[in-house]
Amino acid sequence: MIFFDKVSKIYAPGSAALENVTLTIEPGEFISVVGQSGAGKSTLLKLLLAEEKPSEGNVFFESLNMSDLKLAELSSVRRRIGTVFQDFRLLPNKTAYENIAFAMEVAGQLDENIVSDVPQVLELVGLVDKAWHFPHELSGGEKQRVAIARAIVNRPDVVIADEPTGNLDPVNTWEIVKLLAKINELGTVIVLATHNRDIINALGKRVVTLEKGRVIRDEKEGKYVL
Amino acid sequence: MFSVNIKRITKGGFVNFWRNGWVSFATVLVMVLTLFVIGGLILSNVVLTSVIASLEDKVDITVYFRTSAAEPDILAVKDSLTKLGEVESVEYVSRAEALERFKERHKENALITQSLDEVGDNPLGAALNIQAKDPSQYASITTFLEGNILSGILDKVNYRQNQLVIDRLSSVLRASRKVGISISIVLAVIAFLVAFNTIRMAIYTSREEIRVMKLVGASNWYTRGPFLVEGFLHGFLASVIATLTFWPLTFWLGGRIQNFFGGPNLLSYYQGNFFEFFLVLFLAGTMLGVVSSSIAIRRYMRV
Repeated sequence: MIFFDKVSKIYAPGSAALENVTLTIEPGEFISVVGQSGAGKSTLLKLLLAEEKPSEGNVFFESLNMSDLKLAELSSVRRRIGTVFQDFRLLPNKTAYENIAFAMEVAGQLDENIVSDVPQVLELVGLVDKAWHFPHELSGGEKQRVAIARAIVNRPDVVIADEPTGNLDPVNTWEIVKLLAKINELGTVIVLATHNRDIINALGKRVVTLEKGRVIRDEKEGKYVL
Repeated sequence: MFSVNIKRITKGGFVNFWRNGWVSFATVLVMVLTLFVIGGLILSNVVLTSVIASLEDKVDITVYFRTSAAEPDILAVKDSLTKLGEVESVEYVSRAEALERFKERHKENALITQSLDEVGDNPLGAALNIQAKDPSQYASITTFLEGNILSGILDKVNYRQNQLVIDRLSSVLRASRKVGISISIVLAVIAFLVAFNTIRMAIYTSREEIRVMKLVGASNWYTRGPFLVEGFLHGFLASVIATLTFWPLTFWLGGRIQNFFGGPNLLSYYQGNFFEFFLVLFLAGTMLGVVSSSIAIRRYMRV
């Protein structure tokens, strides 16, 4: 469903953030991308979301080449990909409810669907009572749960999570990981970038290890080895 | 779907405007100042134009005819003058009328009245008072008169006596018009730049928000829309406030300026042209808000 074909990304000449990466992600997979800071995890995810364009090679989403998409097509592909960021990236002027509803609005959903679906995902992430709070009134873990709710509300094919637990304490970290695993069980592909050893070892899912921009290990039921 | 999107974008703009309280307040305040400058320029142009016009009205030339000149000939000269493009108006003063005015003007002076009675006959010639559209045209009108076939009946044209004063006045008036226009343009440009930069700062504070909207999958128009609505609201609110501040201002200044410069009372000008005045500020404000927002947001849209 997602295919990286010999992808390189070079920000400054002489140092490649990603080098000749070839990677296939199948439907329904939960794939963790691990590596030290600067190994290229975030770059990999940015290429998938077309936030950056590859210097060489191509990224395919199904049969679509992400570098060839026009702006309008790109927006529609992005609506099939939910994203969760380490820094949450919620819209500060919108409440938890409105942040989630916004993702549905841009996808062109009808008001009836918004009114019925948003409370459902809020329930799924356990934030029904905080629906009308603004991001600055929520804790880190709560913000990240809003972000996850926003990422999944359009029933995307893929959820990309870039260090989603990087700013959270261990208890909240587990809440978030369990939530991601639950979403994966419902059939959504999860691409998780992290350097949290405990999470990876406990998950027992596919692990891709990056080092200096190259894939050095790709195991079906991987462990965190560096 | 289109109407739903329009509704959502509009609502988003209103909600952002409200929730961005302080930023909105500051932006509106700066735009009020900008529109205030523009409104002030409009009003000072009204004063300047009327002062210049009233000075121009005071400039005219008079053609005096010999006492022997026949009335039909004088009227023929008047007709030919009226046909000239440069001439604004011509007033015919007959011999009897000239005498009448002369007596009226000197009725306190016994000596003059007595001498007139002594002469018995009317010693005054008929005259034409000529007003040109532009003071600089008196020279050519005078040349036209002196070259006329009926110039034999002319006694004198008083342009030649007043030439220096008329020329100087007309060049002063021309210069003050030019200076007025240049100052207006410079001030308006400065005011626009200040407002534009304020809006740029306001959008700069929202750059992360714009990025997030794009990454969540919002189209360019869906991302831009609420900011344009916000810009429109800034401009609209600013134009209302600016227009209303001119009410007490013209109320207070109107009489004073009228006493000092003459010309129309600004308060009655403001009341008489209220809607045109508001329309100018409204268009300037909303255009400024919407255009500046769309220019400022462009660089953050490339995600």
